[in-house]
Amino acid sequence: MWAFINKLRSPKWFYAIGARLQPFFWVAAAALILVGTVWGLAFAPADYQQGNSFRIIYVHVPAAFLAQSIFVSMAMCGLVYMVWKIKVADMAAAMMAPLGAAMTFVSLFSGAVWGVPTWGTWWMWDARLTSMLILLFLFLGVIALRGAFSSRDSASRAASVLAMVGVINIPIIKYSVDWWYTLHQPATFSITGRAAMPMEMWAPLLIMVLGFYSFFIALTLMRTRSEILRRESNKRWVRDLAGEKR
Amino acid sequence: MAFESFNEFIAMGGHAPYVWAAWGVTGALLVAVVLHARAERRLLLRNLQRRVRREERQGANRGEMAGVSHQTGGNHHDT
Amino acid sequence: MAGSETRLVAGEGRGVSRREPRSGLAVALWATLKRDLLLLMRRRSEVLNPLVFFALVITLFPIGISPDPQLLATIAPGLLWVAALLAALLSLDSLFRGDYDDGSLEQLLLTPQPLPMLALAKVTVHWLLTGLPLALMAPVLGIMLSLPAGSYLVLAFSLVLGTASLSLIGAIGAALTVGLSRGGVLLSLLVLPLYIPVLIFGAGAVQAGIVGDGAAAHLAILGALLALALMLAPWAIAASLRISING
Repeated sequence: MWAFINKLRSPKWFYAIGARLQPFFWVAAAALILVGTVWGLAFAPADYQQGNSFRIIYVHVPAAFLAQSIFVSMAMCGLVYMVWKIKVADMAAAMMAPLGAAMTFVSLFSGAVWGVPTWGTWWMWDARLTSMLILLFLFLGVIALRGAFSSRDSASRAASVLAMVGVINIPIIKYSVDWWYTLHQPATFSITGRAAMPMEMWAPLLIMVLGFYSFFIALTLMRTRSEILRRESNKRWVRDLAGEKR
Repeated sequence: MAFESFNEFIAMGGHAPYVWAAWGVTGALLVAVVLHARAERRLLLRNLQRRVRREERQGANRGEMAGVSHQTGGNHHDT
Repeated sequence: MAGSETRLVAGEGRGVSRREPRSGLAVALWATLKRDLLLLMRRRSEVLNPLVFFALVITLFPIGISPDPQLLATIAPGLLWVAALLAALLSLDSLFRGDYDDGSLEQLLLTPQPLPMLALAKVTVHWLLTGLPLALMAPVLGIMLSLPAGSYLVLAFSLVLGTASLSLIGAIGAALTVGLSRGGVLLSLLVLPLYIPVLIFGAGAVQAGIVGDGAAAHLAILGALLALALMLAPWAIAASLRISING
């Protein structure tokens, strides 16, 4: 166990193992997203109520899932960084945040676009959309806080603390927004709120979700490896590596 | 197959602007993110190589070891 | 001026704690409370500004929307809560700023007493001098917004509970940004999303008070949020202060 953690400590080891894992996740992401796209767009049956506009679910829901997972993994990386001082964890957290914000934006955008045929308006203060909007602000807060410090160590630790505070608050925010929404009860239904989808509908959704997760892992590996090069550029092994690549 | 023809597929039962806008933005964003990551990596590697080469030259000129340098920004915090 | 007297009081606290090692924490807490109260009472404008801001924001709404009492009555609970929340936010920036500038925050970090407790004492003072006055003032503004009768007590009580949570959560953001030269806007970006649950249940409590049913449940949840914040926030504040001071 400790040997493993000590290995994780070493950016060099992460750089090497990341290089080996990365192609696998890229291939998985490409294949899953491709299959999910074709299946979801062309083969899944249209919804009996919403018609073909329902196909937006195949980007809206994976993006929303991924955005929330990214915040949680960012907070976990923050915890690992604060407890074990593993620098790679912080680098990964720093690289995840922009993707998380982008995914939150995608889910908000697709939700808004979906709202036009469903509700007849671009924006509805729907419980899910509202909590995604708050999540976007949380992401922006973490990114802005990291950028505000001039010392990298302080920036890392501050971002870690904020991510952890945020992750404790996310379920509270989610439940309170849900309650707030049911309390005010506008006369609409939630766009993704219905259970019991037939298999032909949720199978492509599952594939898309897995594809988005693979994409996230692959991209985080890649960008973390870049970040290692950036932060460790004074280390001997990084220089040797740059020498080899010539 | 949920559609009879390709044109029907494009029309999305009248919901074309919404479906294609949502998918388009998502796809564009995913592609942009990958391209950005690749460009970032290339730039880093190039800068690193340039730096190593420069320091090798300087080291050879002065007969010193290519040691710690602060010529490139962003390394002040590493010890 | 404030700095020299600050050190005097803090030094007194430490001196006492050396003589009585067993009650060291209690003495330190008391000294922190007394000192912060004294300092804030000397700088009265800092206490009054959020209150004036609160009243001003509430004044803007009838002017901006409509003086129609019926319309105002429907939006009054949310308005009062949002305005109180913003007023509380406004006062956050100065929570640790003065101590950071004169160096007494570093002294606080160096004391042998647990930092979370000391931070809690500071937040308590902040709440006593902003949250509590805001809560007491809210019913008066409620009258001006023709808030329906029967919800005034709920309004004040929900604000008493709610602003305590707001002070605790906000102190985390204040501690994270105290070392930054332009932390003000960043502070609101960090803190406002975290305020949303308190706002929902606070405004919900007043709403329920108007309807006459379910206010107790909302207040209970506000209390639960406060308990959670009391348990977790002091540690986050302490960690954030360490980051801001050492970084």
